[in-house]
Amino acid sequence: MGEKVLMKGNEAIAEAAIKAGCRHYFGYPITPQTELAAYMAKRMPKIGGVFLQAESEVAAINMVYGVAGTGKRVMTSSSSPGVSLKQEGISYIAGADLPALIVNVQRGGPGLGGIQPSQSDYFQATKGGGHGDYRLIVLAPASVQEMADLTVKGFDLSDKYCVPAMLLADGTMGQMMEPVDLEGITETKTEKPWAVTGTEGKRKHNIVNSLYLNPEKLEQKNFERYETYKTIEQNECMWESFMMDDAEICVVAFGIAARVSKNAVVAARKEGIKVGLIRPITLWPFPKAPLAQAADKVKGFISVELSMGQMIEDVKLAIDCRKPVALCNRTGGMIPTPEQVLASIRNMAKEDT
Amino acid sequence: MADRKTKRLTIFAGHYGSGKTNLAVNYALHLKRRGLPVKIADLDIVNPYFRTKDSAEILEKAGIPLISPAFANTNVDLPALPQELYSLVQRRDHHAVLDVGGDDRGAYALGRYVPYILEENDYEMVFVANFYRPLTTTAEDALEVMREIEAACGIPFTCIVNNSNLGGITTAVDVDATGDKAAQLSSLSGLPVWMTSATETVCAELSLQNLFPLTLQEKYYDIKER
Repeated sequence: MGEKVLMKGNEAIAEAAIKAGCRHYFGYPITPQTELAAYMAKRMPKIGGVFLQAESEVAAINMVYGVAGTGKRVMTSSSSPGVSLKQEGISYIAGADLPALIVNVQRGGPGLGGIQPSQSDYFQATKGGGHGDYRLIVLAPASVQEMADLTVKGFDLSDKYCVPAMLLADGTMGQMMEPVDLEGITETKTEKPWAVTGTEGKRKHNIVNSLYLNPEKLEQKNFERYETYKTIEQNECMWESFMMDDAEICVVAFGIAARVSKNAVVAARKEGIKVGLIRPITLWPFPKAPLAQAADKVKGFISVELSMGQMIEDVKLAIDCRKPVALCNRTGGMIPTPEQVLASIRNMAKEDT
Repeated sequence: MADRKTKRLTIFAGHYGSGKTNLAVNYALHLKRRGLPVKIADLDIVNPYFRTKDSAEILEKAGIPLISPAFANTNVDLPALPQELYSLVQRRDHHAVLDVGGDDRGAYALGRYVPYILEENDYEMVFVANFYRPLTTTAEDALEVMREIEAACGIPFTCIVNNSNLGGITTAVDVDATGDKAAQLSSLSGLPVWMTSATETVCAELSLQNLFPLTLQEKYYDIKER
């Protein structure tokens, strides 16, 4: 184990990205992710990288598109309203089968919303916020260490499958400070024979494009892409199970909501309620298997979210609606308290099923 | 704590995330316990989340007036400072603790009060150092941040507080390990290390001189058991 340092979540993402070989960052400031851009602005010039504050989020994501085409590790970051602006570019990057990392440190919405934490971009991130049939690999960190580790994972998976990845955090995760160990992070190199790097007259030129005027060809492309998605769903689901062995109630939560839920689960156990937590770490691919398995044993599920209930739909799909799924939520920048989650757990424990 | 004469104004500045707010709140409580009339001011117009206002309840209970931007911790975090702040530097009938925003960008906000502060000349300008922050892990890096802040607000530091910590997992060994860096920063800058601050539990295990024990606010999403 290496030396620990105390970092903000936003800084941890930036430093982890640099350690993972990212030398191209394009962004635009927005609370609560600005420290990420500020960190990049300080560090990139010192290590021969590129930091560029674009004229807008739209410009930034198209710069990402350009660098991604050359096969270099590239990222952008923003918060909810800014990520909405990036959606067209994200769809183009997905349509051109390019790897890139997009970071969303979510804040309250819709519209301009607020600057406090939220998880209400779950639909946008996991169901495709832009147009067309495409997926993003979506990773949801729940500690500052995971902000760093999943940044690296995002680059690696994105390179491996040529599918853009999104790190879906929230304002609290971005702003909070925790000790992190970044010593072990290294760059995983992936062969990128498709990259547009200049032929030097030695090979046929590569084309990066998402335009297919021939409908059969476009359909074929979509079929191929969905084969890749199927492989990702089979191989890359990540989740954490906590106190699930004998659980009769299963709390499902990711990111900051999972931290609160964990404390609530521990408190409920002290009252003798058999409850556990499944924390999806990949939101897409969604970890359906452990939830389906849990549905055989538990009497119900509680989805804890900082939204009006978005992940709850995936929970219901994962268990084929075999068991009731309750929602425990706050919105507008509020985080559910452990007491609120505990009350939901007590409620479900009382119910006869 | 060291027997430096207590100044009327104590200003905490430093790299963002160095622990200025915790230190400022605890120091204000310390002055109050000594029976001094004290106010605290939040000058942080950079950091939108964790700030002095989070301790509003504790401060109120202790009878310490808090002057903070009207919109702090709301969804409209306007970077505007309230006019009452002038009362801190113009009326000299109480002690005041000033919690300045991080880095040079945060310190700009202090600039407009500096003429009054210098004229009165009864202040401590404290550089809060945390050598576990990645951009200030060495005395040289910390000195650079120190100079940037001084240039931004126009007032030189008068002393250093070593507040090195790794958050909740900090041990006495971690704090001890930064003693040399603090001493080095002291010799590079020519400023004394006023005190070393850490949580009460950690302080109990340290045998350093001039310790300042801190009570920290628990957040409900801190993971207690893993």
